[in-house]
Amino acid sequence: MHMGDALISATVGGTFWAVSGASLAGASRRLRREGDESRVPLMGVLGAFVFAVQMVNFAIPGTGSSGHLVGALMLAALLGPPAALLVMGSVLLVQALFFADGGLLAFGCNLFNMGILPIFVAFPLLYAPLARRGRPGLGALLAAGVGMELGALAVSLETVASGLTGLSFRAFLLALLPIHLPIGLVEGVATALVLRFVARARPGLLVPRPEPIGRRVLGTILGAAVLVAGLLSWIASRQPDGLAWATARVAPALGAAPGAALHRLAAGIQQRTAFLPDYALPGPDVNLLRQRSGTSLAGLLGGAVTLLLVATVGWLLARRRASPPEA
Amino acid sequence: MASLADALLDLREMDRLARLDTPIHRLEPRAKVLATALFLAVLASFGPREVSSLLPLALFPVALAALGGIPFALVVRKVALGLPFILVLGAFLPWLERMPALQVGPLVLSAGWLAYGSLLARGILAMATATVLVAATGFGEMCAALDRLGAPRAFSQQLLFLHRYLFLVGEEAERARQARALRAAGRPLSAREFGPFAGHLLIRSWERAERVHLALCARGFEGTLPKRVQGRFRRREWTFLLGWATFFILCRWRPLPVLLGSLLPGGAP
Amino acid sequence: MSHHLLDVRDLRHAYPDGTLALDGPTFTLHHGEAVALVGANGAGKSTLLKHLNGSLRPTAGEVRVGELPVHPGTLAQIRRTVGMVFQDPDDMLFMPTVLEDVAFGPRNQGFPVGEADARALEALQQVGAAHLAAKAPYHLSMGEKRRCALAAVLAMAPDILVLDEPSTGLDPRGRRLLVDLLRAFTHTRVLATHDLDLALRLCPRTLVLHRGRLVADGPTREILADRARMEAWELEAWPPEG
Repeated sequence: MHMGDALISATVGGTFWAVSGASLAGASRRLRREGDESRVPLMGVLGAFVFAVQMVNFAIPGTGSSGHLVGALMLAALLGPPAALLVMGSVLLVQALFFADGGLLAFGCNLFNMGILPIFVAFPLLYAPLARRGRPGLGALLAAGVGMELGALAVSLETVASGLTGLSFRAFLLALLPIHLPIGLVEGVATALVLRFVARARPGLLVPRPEPIGRRVLGTILGAAVLVAGLLSWIASRQPDGLAWATARVAPALGAAPGAALHRLAAGIQQRTAFLPDYALPGPDVNLLRQRSGTSLAGLLGGAVTLLLVATVGWLLARRRASPPEA
Repeated sequence: MASLADALLDLREMDRLARLDTPIHRLEPRAKVLATALFLAVLASFGPREVSSLLPLALFPVALAALGGIPFALVVRKVALGLPFILVLGAFLPWLERMPALQVGPLVLSAGWLAYGSLLARGILAMATATVLVAATGFGEMCAALDRLGAPRAFSQQLLFLHRYLFLVGEEAERARQARALRAAGRPLSAREFGPFAGHLLIRSWERAERVHLALCARGFEGTLPKRVQGRFRRREWTFLLGWATFFILCRWRPLPVLLGSLLPGGAP
Repeated sequence: MSHHLLDVRDLRHAYPDGTLALDGPTFTLHHGEAVALVGANGAGKSTLLKHLNGSLRPTAGEVRVGELPVHPGTLAQIRRTVGMVFQDPDDMLFMPTVLEDVAFGPRNQGFPVGEADARALEALQQVGAAHLAAKAPYHLSMGEKRRCALAAVLAMAPDILVLDEPSTGLDPRGRRLLVDLLRAFTHTRVLATHDLDLALRLCPRTLVLHRGRLVADGPTREILADRARMEAWELEAWPPEG
């Protein structure tokens, strides 16, 4: 689910950097107010733990495939939401910097999809109440499933609003939501298994009773969701090129496909919820397209020459560095 | 990402490169972070079907890698890790956008192919630049730069601790994985084993954190790490930052390759 | 200043699950003494050490450092006086470079950056690790890490050095370097160790803990050679027979 920089536009990247940056700042302030300095090394070490455990695959029974833990939900259960967000943010940044796993410009999007949504939406709304009623396993399953689907939804929105892949929102949802449902359930099962083991082996570690979510927090979450959706639709409506056009192209193609019923259902849901209505607008803007892509042979030739020049400059610089002039 | 062992090796290699002493390494880290941010913003601001006009931007990662002694092979390897994802996601484009956009002799390229090319170019440039940035700066320096650029203190501190314990916890996990694999006769880790496996690692990590905290307190720690000493923004840094900024803006507003191409024989439209 | 430096009186510590880890050890250390603390696994060595710098609070009894009782109000002063070298140096070293890490303690003591760095460098020279100053802690060998962790504590100029299993994980040469280094110090030293040879080389006096009780306090050579009693404390006599 890590998004790369190739997929997002500057506007979308910037918007989500702002959202995620503000959340990180808020979480930091909250932590400082609580003033528990014993958390500082714990968060660092648990970040390393999440990083390592994400790379430990385990077999999913009956499927022949394997899955792994993502960890946001587990961090929230172990550390509480604000600290969990900081840890998740640090893990994502390390992955982006060292492993080209998720982009730097896309960091805001990725933290939103894989951190804020599971930690500040799925955890307090689903896991916390169920865990308080003594059903942490069910809570983990539901929260992870819903968190993952929300993340997939957000990926679709962000990619489509960026308008660089040409795929429609609908096509994205049809592709991403079904894939992420099992991933989410696996995440839920893995989280529940780890938490259960820890609860038995070291009962003192888990936050005994996750505090109930306050009205204010709930209001903030809903407000932020509306704001983000609004921003995205605004961005989308300003970039008809690529979006609306692709929707018009994809719609008939998908309609003819065997999954037409599913598609109609999805379309129906989309119309009823009227989410980003702009996406359904038909009518390719061919002129605009011509203008934008009206690069000629000159562009192609020039591109080749540019690359050649860049490579030469790089080679010369590297050579000069390798044999420094006499001092 | 491949395996944990490979990831750890990679981390060590990047750390080793970060300790080189080159003109790029000597630059104050904030200059590099800001220039990279600007680079990514400019890169992302190009339209969806622009390919050739993106290419001059390649000078930034190439020049940094060349001057910073970062092996091109490492950059290529990192980019290759992230590329399949973009290849798959963009694969629909040529099929979706079929209208002709560019004719080269008998070959007609559709708008979709251009968009696909643009996507790949963006991906390659962005990943290459991120790799070069961290290899030529070092993670600790980058944390300090983020801190000074106004990142929340708790976050930059978290990054520092995370980087420190990546190696220890990662190696612990890798040893545990190997120890299990040696006795497992090729059977993959089952979901039922995963709970205790990860849970064990978690408890050990937690206990380590408790010891680290005790050790910190024994040396007078009270919740925040002391600020790191850092260089200042001198003429060198300003020249670097403003020079690249000018170049990026030039790339954004003037399609350099098109101009270049039209000078070539047969290139005129 | 009093003639004794560290005073432990009838110290008791019960863990939350009810285990009595320390059951009344009482002893006094004098200036410049080097004392070994030995005992089988689970005898309470680490628990005792954690009381010496106030990392744990006693269930009953008292620890005094010089004139100061160890309690939350005196922790800052106590930690200036008592330097603790942890068993695993990876638990101590965390800053991006060794120099920054060794300067961490002095900076928390309120020294400005330049002064803290000078103290750090001096401490690194003392342990023969000045050449490691610019390195990252996680790229060091075990022996190097141990010396840096020791420097991290020395840089705070403590009167008392408390070392938990200082020879674990060292190769023979690394261990010999450590012995030479510790022998040269004039600090009051407390060493918790399973390495009885190390105890014999460094510490004229030994304390033996057995199931939370202090069962012996006397000359190292005599105690370690007493086969019958060592056996009873679940320890092996040293030097070994034959």
